[in-house]
Amino acid sequence: MINLVEKLGAWTIACLCELGRMLNFILYASYICVRSPGHPRHILKQISFIGARSSFVVILTAGFTGMVLALQGYYTLTKFGSEGMLGVAVSLSLIRELGPVLSALMVTGRAGSAISAEIGIMRITEQIDALETMALEPFKYLVCPKLIASVLAMPLLCAIFDVIGIGGGYLIGVKLLGVNPGAYFGEMEKSVVWKDIYSGMIKSVSFGVIIAWVCCYKGYYTGHGAEGVSRATTTAVVTSSVLILVWDYFITSVLQ
Amino acid sequence: MIQLKGVKKSFGSQVVLDRVNLEIPSGQITAIIGPSGEGKSVLLKHMIGLLRPDQGEVFVDGEEISGLGRRAMNRVHEKFGMLFQNAALFDSLTVFENVAFPLQEKTRLSEGEIAQRVQDALLHVGLAGVDAKYPDQLSGGMKKRVGLARALLMDPRIILFDEPTTGLDPVICRAIHQMIKETHAKFGYTAVIVSHEIPEIFDISDRVAVLYQGRIIEAGPPQQIRSSADPMVRQFISGSLEGPIHLIR
Repeated sequence: MINLVEKLGAWTIACLCELGRMLNFILYASYICVRSPGHPRHILKQISFIGARSSFVVILTAGFTGMVLALQGYYTLTKFGSEGMLGVAVSLSLIRELGPVLSALMVTGRAGSAISAEIGIMRITEQIDALETMALEPFKYLVCPKLIASVLAMPLLCAIFDVIGIGGGYLIGVKLLGVNPGAYFGEMEKSVVWKDIYSGMIKSVSFGVIIAWVCCYKGYYTGHGAEGVSRATTTAVVTSSVLILVWDYFITSVLQ
Repeated sequence: MIQLKGVKKSFGSQVVLDRVNLEIPSGQITAIIGPSGEGKSVLLKHMIGLLRPDQGEVFVDGEEISGLGRRAMNRVHEKFGMLFQNAALFDSLTVFENVAFPLQEKTRLSEGEIAQRVQDALLHVGLAGVDAKYPDQLSGGMKKRVGLARALLMDPRIILFDEPTTGLDPVICRAIHQMIKETHAKFGYTAVIVSHEIPEIFDISDRVAVLYQGRIIEAGPPQQIRSSADPMVRQFISGSLEGPIHLIR
């Protein structure tokens, strides 16, 4: 019994230490982002990597998400004779919830894992130590460009997701299932308000912070060798994804 | 001058440095030798503040560095250059970009001046014409020489060499030792070299310290170490299988 309590205590302390280190990491990264965010060239390169190169997977996911939403929404709404509201159902689901969350999960899988692996490899090959010994701030080169790029790229990817998703819903709802196109867009225009848009954008920005924060942190403090980098990459993706979903619940309850 | 006083460092239950006391005199070449896995690289990383001791103190020019914050540590790092065991070149940058990197980030020199200084530095380490190559296109010896060029470029007062010749053929090995000797004579920096190259390392060092089982068991001029009465030192220098050093512990 004492052994069990000891283990539980040790686990709790380890978790608290990890949380403290993560918090310290993001605070210091934010400080460096404000003080010396790095060369615009490095930030643009990261925007291209995190944002532009994720657009294909985001477009693909968005198209099919919108199509499924229309398909499911149509069969539910016809039961109440409200298939004219399909555009509202699809657009609100996408703009408020699915757009930010799914685009963030896609970016985590595609770019987050790569960020973690890149920084992890630099750690185990002493490239980060080399930066430090040159009296250069590693955060300025490795963390800040990724953090800024992620915060800028996520809302844009989310906006693309929303538009493509609504287009996918239109394709199925209007072209396949015969919903009136005027009703599809007309009801959408009446029901979607500015608050829906900006709450989705706020979510995207916060998910951008989570992705860059967790993935950079896991890479920066990676374990030893190839196995350590592989574990850091896996943990980064899993932790980011879980944090995105957990944070989504809290931020949704605040933004309601 | 670098001073280590009672430095202790453990990783988990393994004690790597056990109350190490060592002085590195300014302007001289000090070699740290000892069996593999005894913590020589760990000791070097304490001198530059990449690792912090569990106990004890590290002084650089009289300033205790083990408790310094990031910004203060950056100021200390301005004095240092370091050649890492695997050169630690930035693998996504070319040779030219690697060597130019500290100049681009820390000075206001023009592109032309930077290019000139990089070419001079590469020429100095016998590597003209490789500036467009990436580190993975270079041999081990070439990587180390690029690392040396990068370390020398900012004219540091102290340079730490972590096994600069390990894994290289005897000719390249001698060339790198010669390069260290020449650049030291020219620039007068303080050098600390972790090495296994015996007896060659005695020829370029002013002082030698022997690390064994986490402690400095002997330190002094090369002649003193060569004629040491300590059985461990004698075995290590002669490379004999008989003696206190056991391969399997």
